[in-house]
Amino acid sequence: MIPGTDNLFGIHTKALDVWQRRTEVLANNLANADTPGYLARDVDFRKALATATGQSDGVTLDTDAPGQISTAGQAGAGLAYRVPTQPSMDGNTVDAQVEQAAFAANGVHYQASLSFITAQIRMLRTAISGGQS
Amino acid sequence: MSLFSVFNVAGSGMAAQSTRLNTVASNLANAESVASTPEAAYRAREPVFAAVQKQLGATAGAESEGVRMLGVTESQAAIPSRYEPGSPMADADGNVYASNVNPVDELVNMISASRSYQNNVEVMNTAKQLMVKTLSLGS
Repeated sequence: MIPGTDNLFGIHTKALDVWQRRTEVLANNLANADTPGYLARDVDFRKALATATGQSDGVTLDTDAPGQISTAGQAGAGLAYRVPTQPSMDGNTVDAQVEQAAFAANGVHYQASLSFITAQIRMLRTAISGGQS
Repeated sequence: MSLFSVFNVAGSGMAAQSTRLNTVASNLANAESVASTPEAAYRAREPVFAAVQKQLGATAGAESEGVRMLGVTESQAAIPSRYEPGSPMADADGNVYASNVNPVDELVNMISASRSYQNNVEVMNTAKQLMVKTLSLGS
């Protein structure tokens, strides 16, 4: 995201990031719908957003020596495993219908965040032009 | 931008499913193939999928990035033999060895692969729409 615009658009840029990440996670689940032993993952939106906005009280590891890897922003961090609705013979916990529903909802949420940002931009434009468009 | 990686993920899924469709086509085409020895008979093939895991230290995102093919397995089901002395492929006893392809299995596999492929296409479409909407932000 563009630095310096965070205060203009508030929490929505962070939310957009989280929705984007969730899109990726759900796309992975759907791509691995037939992979034996694959465990479906999902983003806990509340936790992810709290981490993104710095409100999380989560403990992170210090990286005070060179060569140590920071756990912040690590792939797979903040991801939870989906509880399967039905067992499958190959140990795969992807339920295509559940994933599709989550993916559709995720797309709508993403667009909602986009509309909030658009509204904010319109407001700023009105303020800049003094209402004379 | 992580929406771009959705294309890679869905693309890998589509590639994997089309390989699966390919094996199904090969199996169905060879369902009636005969050979003169059990070893030479056609065995039903099936691809094995595995998730591609991200490297340690990768930036935030999904834990895995798509799906890949580990390889193709051959069915270990028994090879049926038929007594067809008139066949050019018949062995000394007049037997031919058919393939162990189960057409029902293959058709089920085909439907599953086709549905999974469609899922991945839809994912790609949605990601594209979201990206286009993001690009037109503020208008």
